[in-house]
Amino acid sequence: MPELLRPERPVGIVGYGAYVPRYRLPAKEIARIWTQGRGGLPIEEKAVPGLDEDTITISIEAARNALARAGIDAELLRAVWVGSESHPYAVKPSSTIVAEALGATPFTQAGDWEFACKAGTEAMVAAFGLIGSGMADYALAIGADTAQGRPGDALEYTAAAGGAAFIIGPAEESLAVLLGTLSYVTDTPDFWRRAQQPYPEHGMRFTGEPAYFHHIGSAARAFLEATNTTPQDYTYAIFHQPNAKFPQRIAKQLGFSPEQIAPGLVVPTVGNTYSGSAILGLTATLDVAKPGDRILVVSFGSGAGSDAMAFEVTDLIEERRALAPATQDYIRRRTEIDYATYVRWRGKLVLK
Amino acid sequence: MDDIVITGIGFTPVGEHWEVSLRELATDAALKAMQESGGLRPQAVYVANQYAPVLSRQANVGVLVADFIGLHDVEAATVEAGGASGMMALRAAYLAVASGEADVALALGVEKSTDRVGPDVETALSVVLDADYEAEHGLTPAAQAALLMQRYIHEYNAERAAFAAFPVLAHRNAVGNPAAMFRRAIKESTYRRATMLSDPLNLFDAAPLADGAAAVLVARRSVLPPEMPQPLVRIAGFGIANDTLALHDRDDPLDFAAVRSSVESACKRANCSLEEVDFFELYDAFSIYVPLILEAAGFAPRGEGWKMGQDGSLELDGKLPILTMGGLKARGNPGGATGLYQVAEAVMQLRGQAGDNQIPNARRALVQSLSGPASLAATTILEPAP
Repeated sequence: MPELLRPERPVGIVGYGAYVPRYRLPAKEIARIWTQGRGGLPIEEKAVPGLDEDTITISIEAARNALARAGIDAELLRAVWVGSESHPYAVKPSSTIVAEALGATPFTQAGDWEFACKAGTEAMVAAFGLIGSGMADYALAIGADTAQGRPGDALEYTAAAGGAAFIIGPAEESLAVLLGTLSYVTDTPDFWRRAQQPYPEHGMRFTGEPAYFHHIGSAARAFLEATNTTPQDYTYAIFHQPNAKFPQRIAKQLGFSPEQIAPGLVVPTVGNTYSGSAILGLTATLDVAKPGDRILVVSFGSGAGSDAMAFEVTDLIEERRALAPATQDYIRRRTEIDYATYVRWRGKLVLK
Repeated sequence: MDDIVITGIGFTPVGEHWEVSLRELATDAALKAMQESGGLRPQAVYVANQYAPVLSRQANVGVLVADFIGLHDVEAATVEAGGASGMMALRAAYLAVASGEADVALALGVEKSTDRVGPDVETALSVVLDADYEAEHGLTPAAQAALLMQRYIHEYNAERAAFAAFPVLAHRNAVGNPAAMFRRAIKESTYRRATMLSDPLNLFDAAPLADGAAAVLVARRSVLPPEMPQPLVRIAGFGIANDTLALHDRDDPLDFAAVRSSVESACKRANCSLEEVDFFELYDAFSIYVPLILEAAGFAPRGEGWKMGQDGSLELDGKLPILTMGGLKARGNPGGATGLYQVAEAVMQLRGQAGDNQIPNARRALVQSLSGPASLAATTILEPAP
């Protein structure tokens, strides 16, 4: 049985921020094009980035919200780490651009992270370590994506854009303190994209039990055992949300109630924001949590693995969360677009 | 003639075995059958498989499986006859023993359909059709069954909703089969709301392709010790007949003539009548096949087979139980292994080992596999050995 990862110096979330683009493509509009409107829909609608948005712009706005809540000078950030599967460059970190835009450069770490949908939580774990070791006082971990769905593929209904940012710092300054973390990882090729391909490929039914359910289930069970806790010890739980059904099913399998996952279940009206998925659920939950609440987060990234982590909310939550827009503010801010506009904006038209 | 008997059976659960390979599935089933037979060693191994060359890049499956079971210096080959592959592997094992060329022969079927996912698998399913004149024009096995169902409903004014009875029955029986892929009963309302597969077929009108392996060990009775671990089941006779491969070449597409012919010759061989059959493991790859099989076999008049699902006669306690362990629809359809699952399930009934699904006094089983829409019908009659 693995031990919990927990730094000697207590750490936590000093500031958090969300960002979701305003544009929405309803799932029934996608169905209109591909299935003559027939068949079940995995969600209601998904967020689509505008022409001038990308993982970097999403990361910057989410990070600015996190800085506003943290109330610290950007120069104090000693790491700015962006996790994504849609970094605009294959070589040239998104993190340096974000760091400079925020005013965190030049004395900072700024490498990019990738682990499919759990790149953001992977960056968070590294940030826990950086601060927890005493090497620094503040680190910024971001998960953001502008996911591309192959036209006509099942995943097109849910591949969305959005992100969340977390400033990790000392526990005594935190609005939510880290209780511990552990990860469960295997070599499982459920979903992947080679460097030159525009769209990922996936193993269809293989992405279910052997991938999503096995890794989240294993990480969650190991975490509960390592912390000697049960689902009833947590006020809220948030799981990776590729569609509406999967997180509800894993919650039930593990013993969490629908009420525990409700505030964090944003996928029905946002879609799957990939590296932003579980952590946008976390920002949405922090937006309503009370001091003393315990929150469990278990992300999932294809390839595959899950990061499990838990936080306890502190007295600082109420005053801090008011300092930036809430997740639901971004979700409510919506402009509906049609499939043609989406195709044009997402660069799916052959122009040359 | 010395009785040809089944001394042992073995099979894996049917399902999506992502982590189990083709050879592991086969070995698991083979060792179980050989163990049930008190360690009898076959001199011949016939392995049924439909899709491994396409889905696993593995042909030569008979030689592979014999090797990995640990059998060397034996006769080994792959047997393929579309959906009837499993039954034809049993036929090969039977002939080897009946001819005197072997004392003990192993018939094994194995399918590992999850070595691929998505469109590759759908393409592979069409290899059983006429490649040049059916598949090339976009026909799939499901579309072919849809054409039959469309015509059947039109000709006989059959009630579309009545077809629900067959998958509903299959699922209900599978609840009592621990090895079945789907073990939950389904409601008629679920059937009515199911997604369209190929008009008028819906998702529940088609049996699921799956992974699995089933093995049946066959021996000449006179070579066996007096005490065997399991009650012996006698192969009373076979009847095997073909028809045109392509549906469009049939004189009468709604007449499964090969079913009729094979049932007649099997009954003649086994010296029994239709009335003496206690249950019928039939090949329900598609729900439309069920009435067509029942009619051609002689259990229902032409055009009325669909009514048999309405009056309880096909239930476990009915006149002619079918799909007693879930059939292809609910136990699953692991390609080349399916026919041997049908045989193994019949053997369990005849031994009195069918648990919750036991048919009281089961003495004579009619077991039949089809290749496509009865392009080949392979039938066997099994009885407890005296």
